[in-house]
Amino acid sequence: MTVTQLEIQLVALVVAVACALPGVFLVLRRMAMMSDAISHTVLLGIVIGFFLTRSLDSPLLVLGAAAMGVLTVSLVELLNRTGLVKEDAAIGLVFPALFSIAVILISRFARGVHLDVDAVLLGELAFAPFDRITFLGVDMPKSLAVMGGILVINIVFIVLFYKELKLSTFDAGLAAAFGFSPALIHYGLMTLVSITAVGAFDAVGSILVVALMVTPAATAYLLTDDLRRMLLLSALIGGLSAVGGYWLARTLDANIAGSIATVTGLVFLAVLLFAPSRGLVAIASRRRRQRWEFAQAMLLIHLLHHESKPEATLENRTDHLLEHIRWSPSFAEQVIRYGERHGTLRRRAGTLLLTDSGRTLARSSMIE
Amino acid sequence: MTLFDLLQSIFTDYTIRTVALGTLTLGVVSGALGTFAVLRKQALMGDAMSHAALPGVVLAFMLTGQKSPAVLTLGAALAGLAGVLLIVVITRYTRVKQDSSLGIILSVFFGFGLMLLTFLQRNPDARQAGLNSFLFGQAATLLTRDVVVMALFGGAALLLMLLFWKEFKLLSFDRDYGASLGFPMQYLELLITSLLVVAIAIGLQAVGVVLMSAMVVAPAAAARQWTNRLGIMVVLAALFGAMAGVGGTLLSSMGAGLSTGPVIVLAVSVITTASLLFAPSRGLVWRWVQQQRNRRRLRTDQVLGNLYTLAGQHDDLDHPHTEEALRIMGEGARGVSASLAALAERGLVRRVDATRWALTPAGVTVAREKFDTGDAASTGDGAAGGNAGTHTEAVQP
Amino acid sequence: MNGIDTETCAVEVTDLTVAYANKPVLWDVDLALPGGTLMAIVGPNGAGKTTLIKAILGLLPIAAGQVLIYGKPYTDQRKLVAYVPQRGSVDWDFPTSVLDVVTMGRYGALGWFKRPGKDDQALAMDALAKVGMDHLADRQISQLSGGQQQRTFLARALVQDADVYFMDEPFQGVDATTERAIVALLQELRAAGKTVIVVHHDLQTVPEYFDWVMLLNVRRIAAGPVADVFTEANLRKTYGGRVAFMGKNGGAGPGAAGVQAVATPEAGRTGGG
Repeated sequence: MTVTQLEIQLVALVVAVACALPGVFLVLRRMAMMSDAISHTVLLGIVIGFFLTRSLDSPLLVLGAAAMGVLTVSLVELLNRTGLVKEDAAIGLVFPALFSIAVILISRFARGVHLDVDAVLLGELAFAPFDRITFLGVDMPKSLAVMGGILVINIVFIVLFYKELKLSTFDAGLAAAFGFSPALIHYGLMTLVSITAVGAFDAVGSILVVALMVTPAATAYLLTDDLRRMLLLSALIGGLSAVGGYWLARTLDANIAGSIATVTGLVFLAVLLFAPSRGLVAIASRRRRQRWEFAQAMLLIHLLHHESKPEATLENRTDHLLEHIRWSPSFAEQVIRYGERHGTLRRRAGTLLLTDSGRTLARSSMIE
Repeated sequence: MTLFDLLQSIFTDYTIRTVALGTLTLGVVSGALGTFAVLRKQALMGDAMSHAALPGVVLAFMLTGQKSPAVLTLGAALAGLAGVLLIVVITRYTRVKQDSSLGIILSVFFGFGLMLLTFLQRNPDARQAGLNSFLFGQAATLLTRDVVVMALFGGAALLLMLLFWKEFKLLSFDRDYGASLGFPMQYLELLITSLLVVAIAIGLQAVGVVLMSAMVVAPAAAARQWTNRLGIMVVLAALFGAMAGVGGTLLSSMGAGLSTGPVIVLAVSVITTASLLFAPSRGLVWRWVQQQRNRRRLRTDQVLGNLYTLAGQHDDLDHPHTEEALRIMGEGARGVSASLAALAERGLVRRVDATRWALTPAGVTVAREKFDTGDAASTGDGAAGGNAGTHTEAVQP
Repeated sequence: MNGIDTETCAVEVTDLTVAYANKPVLWDVDLALPGGTLMAIVGPNGAGKTTLIKAILGLLPIAAGQVLIYGKPYTDQRKLVAYVPQRGSVDWDFPTSVLDVVTMGRYGALGWFKRPGKDDQALAMDALAKVGMDHLADRQISQLSGGQQQRTFLARALVQDADVYFMDEPFQGVDATTERAIVALLQELRAAGKTVIVVHHDLQTVPEYFDWVMLLNVRRIAAGPVADVFTEANLRKTYGGRVAFMGKNGGAGPGAAGVQAVATPEAGRTGGG
């Protein structure tokens, strides 16, 4: 592996982890699409910053972009509060408008400047190592320094305000009652998302920013209930996807950002299918098992109802039973076999009898 | 170029006419179908669909080797639909919420399309992948055959919308009730989603992925402000979409280097902003004016009530009081002078001297009607009742 | 009555079981309701009252059991049934008018593609008049009060001219006028031989408004004529410890007219006053 390759992977890794951390809170707060909005509108912030400073390297650009991110969030909330448009329509109105303004400004007034709209949307990680700076005496890719800094800011913010973030995410009302301003935490988080989006889209493009913020966090959400663990898992999944995506891109000779997004998607798909207890396979097999258990319990309760009564011999006959519960004969046969296998009932001369354990189970299902 | 020249160019300039026809079609179709998306609270579905379309376009090209608009549109629509169905599955069967599912499908499908495209071209640099047209659309390159394809697909979608009008209305307003009537709601849902996907697929070439979502949301959001009827809302949304499409095309044809997509979106955003602000009865400016009027009326009433209360304390109903006293009674509320002026204009109060005001006989009558619940007002009890209840203790006999 | 055999039950539910994901929300519920009856379904929150209605109407998949409307499955008898969903289940800012919503009641009879015509609108106007809303026919639905919204929904069900009505909490948060109007309507329906099943919250008014009552808490606790089954013992079984019996005015017998059960905030308000 060459140094360039290593550096690209390192940048990808740092970007992925930096995005994955605030992404957890976006997913939990049901604001995932805000990352889509912000990662587009920060372009307007950069353009305005560029017009003010006439430079693409000024740190003011990052500030302008972050401010625009926060402005986006405020505008969306303002629009929501008027009650004139519903829920996500507000996002769908605000960000295309701001983004269009940015694109028009660039094409009208900033032609020839290295402010390429495609690059903003798509990014090009492969070029990251060529834009270098010396930071703390070490020569490194500029995006590594920038994203490293943003990663540190993200970690510090989350560690410092962990309690507040957690509380305001799960119970904004309680947080307010305790004197933590949920609005302050909210805008703090949105500033963080904006800064991260600015730093990241330079390297990977704004659409991958969405992939890296939302997908690893949602994947982690399928795996754990614990916020701390979710943060760690999200960062881990994001980081692994970044490195995996890089190698996929190398193998296919394809775009790195696109490949990383694809890998995050594949990881999500795998977890979606196979996650213990929350994956689709687990859910389906649990449903199937429950269907049998459920059917068995119904049958047992039915038998119990009629057991000690005079009509038992008639009511508990297999054929009569079927008519009553209205199961198809084949399904009923399967349920009876399930019961026999689990020792809850026996068959004797066309009549079904409860075993002791069957009787206990029927009673406990009834009290449940 | 004058406005007239600009409008004339629609008829004389072949390119502009073609582009304008294309964006007109797009505006009408996405505006009309977007109405249902917005009413069903699926505004961002359009954003996810348009991004999810990319791998469809690339795969359609890979499989058929053709770049014909019909094939690419079909590929886009199929991929968009697949994306939506995945969103539905994820949201329904797991704890992942709709917003996250949208974000995942949007970004992962797009990333996958990007990977496929660069792989296909054996050039990992996305910027040279010719994606620009997909991202921002290339309305200027629309050819007659493109417009024909747009019109055919879009027309079919609109026709189906009209055919199932009653059912779609039921679905959007009260799904369960519709199901109880025996309509298969999940199939209707699939159908209306497919129609929206078609609307988006035909728009991609003109305005591109990033801005297509605006064409779904904005015309509908604007139209909602002007009407309370679904039929009119759909027509208005189609009209706004068409206006933005044609207007944006003409504007961008004037300026050098303006891509059509962003200008169209800006045009539709302007229409929406204007609607949100100025639409009668719902618009923000309208509401604000109404609010001010109410506030002023309340304040004036309060001043009249206070004057009446004060007068009640003297057995002499036209006993004058200073503005200052009224201000204190109003707990420092502003606008006492303005309220007095308004009352004087209506002949309910009169200025006694530089600082003092008194009720006129007409004012006493009005105040009595307004504030007296029971009989005589001489004790002032009744007046206190109308006085926002804050000064009751001041007027107890 | 559309040639309905009056001997069969209007609604017959046998062994109905409904489960969400992993836990049963309705377990082995039976009901045999004769026609021309007003029945309340009562039970604590989460007892499965709404679920029962939705399962009967085929809006939820059922795990086991059977539902018959006048002796035949619901899918064959759809035209005999009308449904009044909870008022809060729809977006009242939807761009449509009162008349338009009520006309939706005709959609089932119209079938696919056909648009409602003048006749349908006339029927809708008649239904609106029955609930005292005809003067509001052209009003945008967002401008309605809670009671007016509820009456709009009732009118929509009336347009269906059904024989069996299912109403999900029609008394929820409505004004006194509307409550009286609904009660009058229920009695009118009963007089016309219709059957009405109502999810109800206010235990106090059960004996006054209804003939039958079903006490439900996942399982059916009891169902039958109010005088027989609306007893303190059954209510206790239904509500568990959550029900407080305040004073039995003059020793309430069966029928429990004197039982003041504080089982819900709504009932508590009246009990506390």
